[in-house]
Amino acid sequence: MSYKIVVLVKQVPDTANISGEVMKPDGTVNRAMLPAIFNPEDRVALELALQVKDRYGATVKAITMGPPKASEVLRECLYMGADETVLISDRKFAGADTLATSYVLSEALKKLGKFDLVFAGRQAIDGDTAQVGPQTAEKLGIPQITYAEQILNLSGNTISVKRKIDGGHEIVQGKLPLLLTVIKDAAIPRPFRAKRVMAYKNACTLLELEKMVESNSLLYVDTLKEEYESKGLFIPTLTMDDLDVDPARCGLAGSPTKVHKVESVVLASNEHIRIEPNKEGLSLLIDKLLEDHTLG
Amino acid sequence: MAQGKPQVWVFVEQRSGTPADVSFELLSKGRKLANELKGTLKAVVIGHQMKEVAKRTFEFGADEALLVDHPSLKEYNTLPYSRIVSQLIDEHQPRIVLFGATFIGRDLAPRVASHTRSGLTADCTDLQISDVTYLRKDYKQLLLQIRPAFGGNIIATIITPETRVQMATVREGVMEMHKLNKPVNGKITEIPFTPDPVDELVKIIEHHREENRVNLKAAPIIVAGGYGMGSKENFQLLFELADLLGGEVAGSRAAVDAGFIDHSRQVGQTGVTVRPRLYIACGISGAIQHRAGMQESKKIIAINTDPEAPIFDICHYGIVGDAMDVIPKFIETYKHKLK
Repeated sequence: MSYKIVVLVKQVPDTANISGEVMKPDGTVNRAMLPAIFNPEDRVALELALQVKDRYGATVKAITMGPPKASEVLRECLYMGADETVLISDRKFAGADTLATSYVLSEALKKLGKFDLVFAGRQAIDGDTAQVGPQTAEKLGIPQITYAEQILNLSGNTISVKRKIDGGHEIVQGKLPLLLTVIKDAAIPRPFRAKRVMAYKNACTLLELEKMVESNSLLYVDTLKEEYESKGLFIPTLTMDDLDVDPARCGLAGSPTKVHKVESVVLASNEHIRIEPNKEGLSLLIDKLLEDHTLG
Repeated sequence: MAQGKPQVWVFVEQRSGTPADVSFELLSKGRKLANELKGTLKAVVIGHQMKEVAKRTFEFGADEALLVDHPSLKEYNTLPYSRIVSQLIDEHQPRIVLFGATFIGRDLAPRVASHTRSGLTADCTDLQISDVTYLRKDYKQLLLQIRPAFGGNIIATIITPETRVQMATVREGVMEMHKLNKPVNGKITEIPFTPDPVDELVKIIEHHREENRVNLKAAPIIVAGGYGMGSKENFQLLFELADLLGGEVAGSRAAVDAGFIDHSRQVGQTGVTVRPRLYIACGISGAIQHRAGMQESKKIIAINTDPEAPIFDICHYGIVGDAMDVIPKFIETYKHKLK
C-alpha cells in the first residue's frame, strides 16, 4: 500500500534574528526587512513524512498558504524529497488568523483528493500558537495526534505514535486518516540533495512563469507552462476561485481575532545599582544581599 | 443566544485525577473577570471520580462546576473531551473560556475553537475587561488578550469583537492562585456522557509520566543562563553557583533552543513563570518573553557584557562583564564570607 501524505508547511519571518532596523519608529514590525525561512518544525514534519515514505512507501505532497514568494519553501520541499507541491495563494487569503488559515487549508486538502496522513509542525515561530494543526483536523473531521515524537509503526490503516505530554510521554494508536503535529526533537531534517537541487531549482508557479514572459517577449505563458508541467517543474497554485470556500470565512474578514493595539516594548528605565565586575564590587553586593536576607 | 448573566468558564485539567495548578490559577483570574462582568464563574471538570476536584473549584471562586464523570474519561483524550466541551459551549454560550497553555490545553482549545468558530489567543500574559472602540464601532466589556508577539519586540492586545465566545490559553504560573478564605457555596451540575465509537479512533496504549524533577516555581533562588553563556559546558558554572546558594538553574528560550539546557528549565512566556527571592540572569539579554517569566522576582541581578542589554532596565543590581569571569569571582567571594 502506498500512503498518501500531505505536509503543511509555512514560510515565516525569522523572528529569532530581529535586528534594530526591523522595528519601525512607531514600534511596529517591518516584515519586509526580515529574512523569510522555512518554519523549523514544518521541516521536521516533512522529514518525518519522508521517513514514512522510505519505510512504508508513500507519496508526499507539500502545501503552503502564503504570498507568491512562499513558493521558495516549496522548492526547498522538492530539494528534500517531496513528490509534489502546491501553493495556496490569493490576496483574499491575506491577514488570516489561525481559524481562517485552517479553514482554507482544510478546503484545499479536500480539493486535492484523498489522503491518509497530514503532517504539520507543532507551531510556527512567528506566532507560536500551535493552533493551525488541531483546527485543520477539526475542520476535516479527522482525529489529531499532537506533539508527535516518533512514529513507531504503520500498518494497514493503523499508526502507532509516541507523543509528548506534560511531564512524560504516551503511546497512542490511531486510525487513518489523521493529522499529526510534530515537535522539533522528532527528527533531524535531511539536507538538500544536490541532484534534486539541480533538478528542481527551476520549478515555478504560474506567477513566476508570467514574470519570465514579461521580461522576454519570445516566450508564451501557455507553451512555457506545458513545458514545465511535462518536466515536473510546474508548481500549481490554488486561488480562492479554485476552492469551494465562503469568502466571509477567509483572510482578514474571516478572522475572529483582531489586533486591537500594538505597543513597542518601552522599558520603564529602572535605576539599578551598578556593581563593578571585580572582587571589591562583588563583596559589596554579597554584603547587601546577606543584609536583607536575600542570601543566607 | 443564552440569556442571563455573562459566564466565564475555566477548563479544569487533570492528569490521572490530579488537577493541574494552572486550572486553579485560571479560576482565580476568572473570578476577577466574572466580577467585572457581573457574571458567574463556572468550572468545567471532566474525568473519572472527579467530584472532589469539582468541589475544590469552589475554594477558588467557582459558582458552579459542570461535571462530566465517566470511567472512559479517566485520561485526557482529544476526541471525547473536545466533543464534550464544544457541545457545552454551543449550549451555554459563555462569554469567556480559559484553558491552561499545557500540552492538554493546547491540544484541546484549538479543536474546540475551530468547532465553535471562536477567536483563540495563545499564551496570554495578561487578561483584562474593557470597553473597546474598534473600527469606529463600540463594544462593551471585551476581553483584552495581551501577549508579547514577534520575537518579543511588541506587545499585542488581541480582541475578538464579533464572536460571542472569547477564548484564551495561559501558561502555568502566569496568574496568581488565590484560595478564598471562605469557599463559594457552589453547585455541581452533573452532565451525562455517552461514549461514542468515534472516541476510539485514537487510543492511549501506554502512559509514562515522570514527576517533574525540576520545580522552578518553588525555588527561592534561580540562576539563569542565556545564549550569551556560549555553551552547554559553561552552564556547569551556573549549576555550581546554584548549588552553593541553594537554588535551581534555569535558561532562556535561546539557551534551550541552542541545547545548552533542558526545556523543563525554561523561564519565560513559553516556559515557566517564576517569582523567586533572587534571580541571577547570566548572559541573558532580556527579551520581553523572558522578562514576562521573571520580572516579578524580588531581587534581580543581571550579568551581561552588553551595557545596553534590556535586562539592565529591570534589574536591581547590574554587572557589566562576562559571566564566565564574574561568577567564579562571586563564588570565591561568597565562600570566603561564609567562613
